[in-house]
Amino acid sequence: MIFLEQTIAILWKDIRSELRSKQMWIGMGLFALLVLVIFNFTFDLRVDNKAAVAPGALWVSFVFASLLGLGRTIAAEREKGSMDRLLLCPVDRKAIYLAKLLGNMLFIGVVEIVALPVFAALFNLPLLMGGLLPIVLLGTLGIAAIGTLFSAMAAATRAQELLLPILIFPLLVPVVIGAVRATSSLLIPVANEPPWLGLIAAFDVIFLSISMLTFEYVIEE
Amino acid sequence: MNGHSHIDVGAQLIAPTDLPNVGEQLIAPSHATDTAPHTTNVGAQLIASSATPPIHHTSGEVQAIRPRHRTINLNAYLEIQGLKKSFGLKPILRGVNLSLGQGERMALLGANGAGKTTLLRILAGLTKPSLGTATIAELDIVRSTQQIRHLVGFLSHQPYLYDELTALENLLFFAKMYTVKHAHERATELLRRVGLTKHARERVSTFSRGQVQRLALARTLLHSPQLLLLDEPDTGLDQAGHTLIETLLAEHTSYGGTVLFTTHHLERALQLSDTLAILHKGRIAFQEKTIKLELDDLQKQAESLGKTE
Repeated sequence: MIFLEQTIAILWKDIRSELRSKQMWIGMGLFALLVLVIFNFTFDLRVDNKAAVAPGALWVSFVFASLLGLGRTIAAEREKGSMDRLLLCPVDRKAIYLAKLLGNMLFIGVVEIVALPVFAALFNLPLLMGGLLPIVLLGTLGIAAIGTLFSAMAAATRAQELLLPILIFPLLVPVVIGAVRATSSLLIPVANEPPWLGLIAAFDVIFLSISMLTFEYVIEE
Repeated sequence: MNGHSHIDVGAQLIAPTDLPNVGEQLIAPSHATDTAPHTTNVGAQLIASSATPPIHHTSGEVQAIRPRHRTINLNAYLEIQGLKKSFGLKPILRGVNLSLGQGERMALLGANGAGKTTLLRILAGLTKPSLGTATIAELDIVRSTQQIRHLVGFLSHQPYLYDELTALENLLFFAKMYTVKHAHERATELLRRVGLTKHARERVSTFSRGQVQRLALARTLLHSPQLLLLDEPDTGLDQAGHTLIETLLAEHTSYGGTVLFTTHHLERALQLSDTLAILHKGRIAFQEKTIKLELDDLQKQAESLGKTE
């Protein structure tokens, strides 16, 4: 019960701080929209290849925008010494991880909610369908699970902005491939397609478990 | 509670897992005499034979005591022995020995880079020591870190506050982290004590340095810690703030609380402490009861150690 209360308290604190500073959401949202607009103009989007290209553009914009936010959540804590303050408290480190993970999911989720209609309009695709929700949810969970752990790791270094993408892009490959293929299947159903959603879910479970177990050692000296 | 009895024993007490009663004087843990056949309780002193190391039960487990000769102080609330810390190849603490009784106030002086902040960070559980041991209320700082976090209040150079939250929101947030009961009443009372009642609903980002320090002090006291670790607590405070620190420290020790603080001001150290220690090149180079010291002597001592101030 205390674990849950503390998790919610940290999450609420992060949300309240972000709502007041508006540093992350605006930056992430604008970045995602810019990437989509650039892709829209860059790719040769004829009717026959649109459905094949669009899912890749969508998830690349989500991943890039997420990186901006992921780097900030824990780095902001570290910069002002507040992470020490949090570490000084008798709080289960898993509660800190869970709160940061949920916060990151929420921040990325808001960006996705803003970007998806814009994407659907720009690419002229019927993307706002029910089947997309589990793909976006599981994909976002995967990005946030890896990102939260590695942003904590990168925040302790001087070159955090450089290090974070280097650390997490290779690990994100299975999630991104799964999410892109699952989204493509939604647009152009293919027979005997592997269970991409299951792959993302399995990956999420693995990385969540590893992150929960190792976060304490990453965050503490 | 300031008189210490140092005795040489052949054993080191194993820290009990239960937190000690904060209102009680810490003498010997009740289970120590039950389980150590070669111990004799003499008032506040526990004398153990070095020939046969006693055994202590902790949480149902039987643990053998390290058969080494150590000087322990059963009155000590904080006990540091041979504490070393290096960052990479650079040694910061080179074997600090210190003991502090319950209800005692110790000033820690030392030039910049002497290791004062590192020592406090180790005691607060933010940094792990490279070597040596330290116990707070007989709890080992490395093995019982989470329990010790309840006992320690740490005021650092950084205020450890959230700029986007108001003063009250900050205290309520940290009250949740420390599971403080009646959090709102406690936070309101502390804001009143540090003179920030009028600013309770203002964001910390709008505060002056002195106000931030006052709020940081309130945050440090929020969970009623037994041991206060204050790293230059006067920083940014005006004269009224200095008086506030004096009053709060006096109150804290009158209830049996213990204080270890660092400062660069010799007069202030003499004024606020019962014992004074100088950390020089990672070691305690000087330690004396404040009552026995004059400012001139202290200045000479500090100068002889190369202290600039």
